[in-house]
Amino acid sequence: MNLLQIDDLSLSIHGSDILKQISLSIEPGEIVAVTGESGSGKSMTALAVMQLLPHGAVAEGTIRLEGQDLLNRPEDEMCALRGASIGMVFQEPMTALNPVKTVGDQVMETILVHKAMPRAQARERAQEVLRRVGLPADRFPLSRFPHELSGGQRQRVVIAMAIALRPKLLIADEPTTALDVTTQAQILDLLKGLVREFGMGLLMITHDLAVVADMADQIVVMRHGEVVESGATNHLLRNMQHPYTRMLFEASGHQVTLPASVKPHPLLEVTNVVRDYRQPRKRLFEAPGHYRAVNNVSFTLNRGERLGLVGESGCGKSTLTRAILGLEDVQGGDIRLDGQPVFSGHSPDLAVRRKMQVVFQDPYGSFNPRHRVARLITEPFHLLETPPTGSGRQDRIAEMLSAVGLSPDDAGKYIHEFSGGQRQRIAIARALIIRPELILFDEAVSALDVSVRAQILDLLAELCAAYDLTYLFISHDLSVVRTITDRVMVMQAGQIVEQGATEQVFSEPRHPYTRTLIEAAPTLPDIGENVA
Amino acid sequence: MLRYALKRLISLLVSLAVASAVIFAVIEVAPGDPASFMLGVNAQEDTLAALRAELGLDVSKVQRYFDWVGGMLAGDFGTSYTYRTPVSQMISDRLWVSLPLALYALTLSTLIAFPAGIYAAARRGKAGDLTVMGATQLGIAVPNFWFAMMLVLVFAINLRWFNAGGFAGWDKGFWTGLHSLTLPAIALALPQAAILARVMRSSLLDILGEDFMRTARAKGLSRRQALWRHGVRNALIPVLTIIGLQFSFLLAGSIIIEQVFYLPGLGRLVFQAISARDLIVVESVVMLLVFAVITVNFLVDLAYAAVDPRLRSRT
Repeated sequence: MNLLQIDDLSLSIHGSDILKQISLSIEPGEIVAVTGESGSGKSMTALAVMQLLPHGAVAEGTIRLEGQDLLNRPEDEMCALRGASIGMVFQEPMTALNPVKTVGDQVMETILVHKAMPRAQARERAQEVLRRVGLPADRFPLSRFPHELSGGQRQRVVIAMAIALRPKLLIADEPTTALDVTTQAQILDLLKGLVREFGMGLLMITHDLAVVADMADQIVVMRHGEVVESGATNHLLRNMQHPYTRMLFEASGHQVTLPASVKPHPLLEVTNVVRDYRQPRKRLFEAPGHYRAVNNVSFTLNRGERLGLVGESGCGKSTLTRAILGLEDVQGGDIRLDGQPVFSGHSPDLAVRRKMQVVFQDPYGSFNPRHRVARLITEPFHLLETPPTGSGRQDRIAEMLSAVGLSPDDAGKYIHEFSGGQRQRIAIARALIIRPELILFDEAVSALDVSVRAQILDLLAELCAAYDLTYLFISHDLSVVRTITDRVMVMQAGQIVEQGATEQVFSEPRHPYTRTLIEAAPTLPDIGENVA
Repeated sequence: MLRYALKRLISLLVSLAVASAVIFAVIEVAPGDPASFMLGVNAQEDTLAALRAELGLDVSKVQRYFDWVGGMLAGDFGTSYTYRTPVSQMISDRLWVSLPLALYALTLSTLIAFPAGIYAAARRGKAGDLTVMGATQLGIAVPNFWFAMMLVLVFAINLRWFNAGGFAGWDKGFWTGLHSLTLPAIALALPQAAILARVMRSSLLDILGEDFMRTARAKGLSRRQALWRHGVRNALIPVLTIIGLQFSFLLAGSIIIEQVFYLPGLGRLVFQAISARDLIVVESVVMLLVFAVITVNFLVDLAYAAVDPRLRSRT
C-alpha cells in the first residue's frame, strides 16, 4: 500500500479551476518532487493534502494516507493528523516562526498539542530533534527567539517542528528557495538524511529542477493545474516526452551568446572602497561598534564589459551596489565613473549619476502603481538637463518599448496589467531610456520563473548587441552569472576574494570559497543529446 | 530587559524636564504680564503689584523656573489665586475622582473590546463579525454625553439602580465609591471600547494572515488554538498603543461626562481654572497631565517589551 495516494484530485477556488485531475503517489522512504512554474498548482496540491486550503476551495477526487481518506475527514481528525502523521515545512523561514515565542516552546508545541508525551519528556524530545537538525542545545539553547537565528537556522527549527513526532509523510514546500546556495545544500542533505533515517515519505515542492534532479526518486511536472509528465527521476530526465518538461529543462540551464566586448577602456573604477555601519552602543558611555559591510573593495569595469558579482546574502554586494549608485556614502576609497567621482563631498554628483541606471529584483514592488507606463519609463528624464519633449519623447518611449519586446501601445497602460516578466522588461526600458553608460542589474532575474528568466536573458544578449551595454550583474545565481557575464567577481564577508574571466573562474576556481559556492549550487544532469 | 527599562526611564525623565520647561515658557515667560492677564484689563495697579509679588515675578525667570520645579518635587504646587487654597490639595482631591474613573473606564473598555475584537476577527465576514462591526460603528458615532444622559434616564431615573450624579466619596467604602462612578465609567468606556475592538480585530486579522499562523495549523493546532496561542499576543502591540492614548484622554478629557454626572474631576478643575484665569492651577494641572501621559507611555513601552522579545534585545 502506498503511503500517500492522490487520485484525480480536482480543486476549484470560488469557481475557478486550480487543479485538474491530479494523480500521484508516494511510498515510505521515497522522495517525490512536484515541480513547475508559478501558478502551476504545486503548492495547492500540498495544501490539499494538509487540508489547509484557502477559504472557498472545493476539492474532488481522493487523497489517501495509508489507505485512509483525507478529503472528507472531519476537521478535528485532521488536526490530530497534522503534525503527527504529516509534517510540513514552508518556503519562508524568516516568517514561518512565531516571533514572540522561543524556538524550544515552538518545537515542544508540536509534541504537546498532540498530547504525545508529558512536558518534561517533550522537552527532551525537542532537544533531541533540534540536535538532529543541527542545532545542539549547548550552542542553540531552547530559550532562543527566532530573531536570534539566521535564515538557515530558522529553517532547521521549522524542520525540527515538522519531524518532532516522526511523521510518516513530510511535505516541503520550496524549503530552500529563500536560502543561499551553501545553506540550501545543507538543508537538502538534512532532508535526505531524515528520509533515510526515519523512512518517511517526502513530498517536495520546488520550481527548481536542478534541486530535485539529484535528490528525488520520482518527479511530477505540473503546468496550469495539470500533471503533464511524471516518472522516475532518471528515466524522466532522459526521456522527456512533454514539450513543457523539455522547455523547463532547457530554460533552467539557459545559455546565451554575448557579442564580443570591445577593447578595454576603464569606465567604472572602484578603489579601496570601505562602507562601515555604526552599530548601536552596548553601554551608555561606550564608543559605538562598527560593522564593515564593504571592506577595501577595488575593481575596474571596462566600457562594453559585462561584469558579474556573486556572493551569498549579507556578503555586502547590495551595499556595494548602493554605494556605486551614490545612494550610500562610503567611509573610505573612491568610486569614479568615466574618471569623475560619483560623490562630490557627501552627496552624489548629478552629472555622474545620470550616466548610471539600475534594474532591481522585485518586478512587483519597483513601480508606482498609479502611473502609466509612459510616465514610469521616462522617470530617468528628470536627470537630464534638456529632456526630450513632444514627439521626441514619444519616439523614445516607442523605441524603448519595442527594444524590450513590448508594443509602443503599452505606454498607456498601468503596471498591474503586466506579468512579472513584462514588468522586468519595462524596468529594463526605464533603465535604458537615457542611454546610460552603465546599468546595474541587482538580482534582476531572481524572482522570475525559469522560462521567463530565459527570455529576459535572451533580451539582455540582444540589447548588448544593439546598444553596446556595459553592466554590473549582481546575483546569487551562479548559472545565470556564468552565461550573462564576461568577467566575474566573488564576494565574501565584504571582500572580493576572487575575480577573473567568467569561464575560467567557474571551471578553475582558485579561492576555496568560490569552490564551495560552485559545489553547493545544484546542477542539472548533463544529458545533452537526449534533449532534443 | 533591565537595560531596556533603564533606557526608557532615562527618556522619561528627559521628556519630563523638557515638558516642564516648555510649559513654563509658554505660560509664564511668553510676552505679556501674567498678573495683568489674571486680573483682567480693569485691574488696579496696587492689586497687580501685590499679585506680581505673590507670583514671584520680581525674581529672574530662571530662578522662577527652578523654584516652580523644586516646589512641585516637594509637593508644593503653589496657592490657587481664585480659591486661596493650596493647588496640591485641589489637584489631589480631583485626582481621587479622575484617576479611578479613568482606570475603571479603561478596564471596562478593555474587557469589552478584547473579546469583541477577537470574536469578530475569528468570524471574519460572518454574521458575528458584521454584528460586532455594526455595534462598534454605532459606539463611535453616538456622542458619549447623549449616551450618558440615556444611562441616567434608564438606570438612575427609571430603575433607580444608581444615583443620577455626584460622587459619594471613598470614605464611605470602596464599593460605594465605585458604585457612584459606574454610570460615568460606562459612558466613557463604550466609545473607547468600540475603537479598541476595531483595532484589536484588524490587528488580529493581519496576524492571522502571517506565515507562522499557517505553520501553527500545520503542527496540528485547531483554528481556535492557533488564534489564542499565536495570534492574540502578536496582535497586542497596536492595541497597547491605543490603550495608552485612551488612558491619557480619559484622565483629562472626560470633562463633558464629569459635567453630566456632576463629578468633581480634573477636567472640570481645568475648565474652571481657565475660565477664572487662574494660571497657577492651569500650569500645575497641565504639568500633572503631561506627567501622566509620559508615565503611561513609559508603561506602554515596558508592555511592548514584555510582549515582543525583539524589542528587548534591540537596545
